[in-house]
Amino acid sequence: MAHFGESPFNNPVVRWIDNRLPIFTMLIKEYGVFPMPRNVNYMWSFGGIAMTMLGIMILSGIMMAMNYTPHTSLAFDSVERTMRDVNFGWLLRYIHMNGASFFFIAVYIHIARGLFYGSYKKPRELLWMFGVVILLLMMATAFMGYALPWSQMSGWGVTVITSMFSAIPLVGDGLVTWLWGGFSVDNPTLNRFYALHFLLPFVILGVVFIHVWALHVTGSNGPTGVEPQSPEDTVPFAPYVSTKDSFAMVVFLTIFLGVVFFSPLALTEVDHFRKFDPMQTPAHIVPEWYFLPFYAILRAFTADITIPFTQIVLLPAKLQGVLAMFGSIILLLFLPWLDRSPVKSGRFRPIFKWCIWLLFVDFFVLMYSGAKPPEGLPLILGQIGTIYYFALFLVILPILSFKEKPLPVPASIAADPGCCKH
Amino acid sequence: MKNILPLLAAAVLLCAATAAPASEGEELKHQKWPHQGVFGTYDKAALQRGFQVYKEVCAACHSMKLLSYRDLQQLGYTPEQVKAVAAENTIQDGPNDEGEMFDRPARPADRFRSPFANDKAARAANNGALPPDLSLLVKAREHGEDYVFALLNGYEDAPADVQVMPGLNYNKVFPGHQIAMAKPLNDGQVAYGDGTANTLDQEARDVAQFLAWAAEPHMEQRKSMGIKVMLFMFAFCAIMLAAKRKVWSTIH
Amino acid sequence: MDSTKDGANRREFLYLTAGAMGAVGVGSALWPVIDSMNPAADTLALASTEIDVSKIEAGQTILAVWRGKPVFIHRRTPQEIQEIRAEDWKALRDPQSDDDRVLKGHDEWLVLVGVCTHLGCIPMGSKMGQPKGEFGGWFCPCHGSHYDKSGRIRKGPAPRNLAVPPYAFVSDQLIRIG
Repeated sequence: MAHFGESPFNNPVVRWIDNRLPIFTMLIKEYGVFPMPRNVNYMWSFGGIAMTMLGIMILSGIMMAMNYTPHTSLAFDSVERTMRDVNFGWLLRYIHMNGASFFFIAVYIHIARGLFYGSYKKPRELLWMFGVVILLLMMATAFMGYALPWSQMSGWGVTVITSMFSAIPLVGDGLVTWLWGGFSVDNPTLNRFYALHFLLPFVILGVVFIHVWALHVTGSNGPTGVEPQSPEDTVPFAPYVSTKDSFAMVVFLTIFLGVVFFSPLALTEVDHFRKFDPMQTPAHIVPEWYFLPFYAILRAFTADITIPFTQIVLLPAKLQGVLAMFGSIILLLFLPWLDRSPVKSGRFRPIFKWCIWLLFVDFFVLMYSGAKPPEGLPLILGQIGTIYYFALFLVILPILSFKEKPLPVPASIAADPGCCKH
Repeated sequence: MKNILPLLAAAVLLCAATAAPASEGEELKHQKWPHQGVFGTYDKAALQRGFQVYKEVCAACHSMKLLSYRDLQQLGYTPEQVKAVAAENTIQDGPNDEGEMFDRPARPADRFRSPFANDKAARAANNGALPPDLSLLVKAREHGEDYVFALLNGYEDAPADVQVMPGLNYNKVFPGHQIAMAKPLNDGQVAYGDGTANTLDQEARDVAQFLAWAAEPHMEQRKSMGIKVMLFMFAFCAIMLAAKRKVWSTIH
Repeated sequence: MDSTKDGANRREFLYLTAGAMGAVGVGSALWPVIDSMNPAADTLALASTEIDVSKIEAGQTILAVWRGKPVFIHRRTPQEIQEIRAEDWKALRDPQSDDDRVLKGHDEWLVLVGVCTHLGCIPMGSKMGQPKGEFGGWFCPCHGSHYDKSGRIRKGPAPRNLAVPPYAFVSDQLIRIG
């Protein structure tokens, strides 16, 4: 146990605080001298970028909450009042709207990095699992947030997705009524979504804290998947990685602000600007782009599973879709045990590398399928995409774990001939 | 970065994926608007003419509940002119000390007067069709002002093989081609005070610009602030890159 | 690697500029956040109200609303004006002469914000039958402040006279407050 008064800082104020609550010692340890693999590339900057976006979302969200009214007859107009009458209200809204998209862009790239370089493998399994929890919380938050303007897309999107739960046998209908707080999507639904949308980002903040804590126990992975073995392999976080991450953050923010100021509605459906009418369904109900791949998986299942030669339905198509959609994210939790190859990085796993690239392509194919009505070519592509997704994680990766012959892995980070050019 | 290419490909795919399906209406011609583009600003003279078109023609059936009369100052009207425009409209207020609702002339702080008391009254007066509120129409339709312009110009005789239902009108732009609104604008319908020729084309163009402004009054502030922000950010990116390289130069 | 003295200076300048730009960026991002809390355009539009005073008779008071607060508009009789101006205003708790509290040429009109300067209750005395306090003006029931016929504090805990809002006569019948 350390004795009181041993803080090493010179400044008396800093010393006084640090002796009582070691914030400064912690900052120096975790964000100053913390050893990072010296070969991390810009794919490693997206965690910090995601954290920045979380901060931007919370700040812009709270400022908008000051002007929002969560009642069905007032919500849409309160958002428009924010756009028109509140000073810079339009800027707050466009930042919040597009911030959600850019938050998902950062997180999807961050996950892609994790997949490609095997950052989910021992000893980082729990870190990865907390990440999946963050993704689920983000999806819930974004879904409820989109409901708040109470537009046609808001109300009907909520109706379609919450109705999905009625597929669950026995408890389905009761569950949906419970979620709605009534017999259709109406004011009780909106009000509770507002409360939860306000709450969840702070839950995300807490899980992010745990996620970063877990990261600091193991240290970061790197592009070779080889753990640091000596000081030659690492650089202190500050100033090397802090300046690299800051640069990446500024570039990302530049693109984000370019969209906010010059194309703020590029990612928005036009029906989001019509008030919710429970008596009229829009021609095409389309979720936000970051949900499209999962929407495609949901709609890919079209055939009920029956007992052969009878009419008895064992597993309706609707329920298959719901299970697959949630399953697609839940199975990510088990990835460290599905892929057991001792080689982490895709750089040294030629078959795995192409399978992962194919997964990235598949993500966009599913996105395309999710945007279109579920028929014809888009539906077939959605079905192929779904098959590949599940085959990859449940069949291909486990087989590759012991069947794939990896390329020789460098002895250390410093010894890697590709090392040390940024 | 070698990772950019797949991201770019993704962006292209995404654009294709989320593009609207080709509507049953004719392919829309993209018009040139003064307010389009990074440096675009609203043509205030056109907005004033467009407001006149709305006031004299559209306001008979279409509300614009999200606008207040004071917003018209942005079009270049003086406060006195705005007061006068507002006062031309009678709106309901109350209850007074007797507990009754009463009528009074509108003030600049009031919202635009609606032609009907509520949606059901609007439907009853229009054969069951609801004339949509126009405040956000340009944002609520694919291709916004191009669509509005094309629709107003799109009335024509139905082709021989199409049967127009009673109470509806043939329009080559409207999805489904049969619209409840009868042709609202014609040549010479609105008397412009500034000498601009009042052809149907001009009236449609002006009202489309007015509706674009109504949906996004803050567009000019957004673009001018955006230019300053982007210039700053580009400079900031350059400085940050230089600083990062300087830091890393000690170990490369 | 730049290990010269010049190199060190250039390096420091670069880092300083980067840091400064970051600070400027964050600072300018903070302004819209703070300004969004200032009164919005619709609130500002209601910042001034016009009141028709043509129907008010001498000796009568009406209640108006301005910026969400009550306003007393009292039309005084010549006798009331004479009486109130005969008093020695310099000895009052909040010294102010009566003609300082009305508009030149419109001495009969007294316009006051009807909020007690003690803790914010609405003083009584504007309506028939309400107590007017010992000085014939207004009386605040919350803690017993007495205001005279010019709305000045005479007795009780209130520190200042009832506030006079900015107002002007747009015409003989119309006052614009704010």
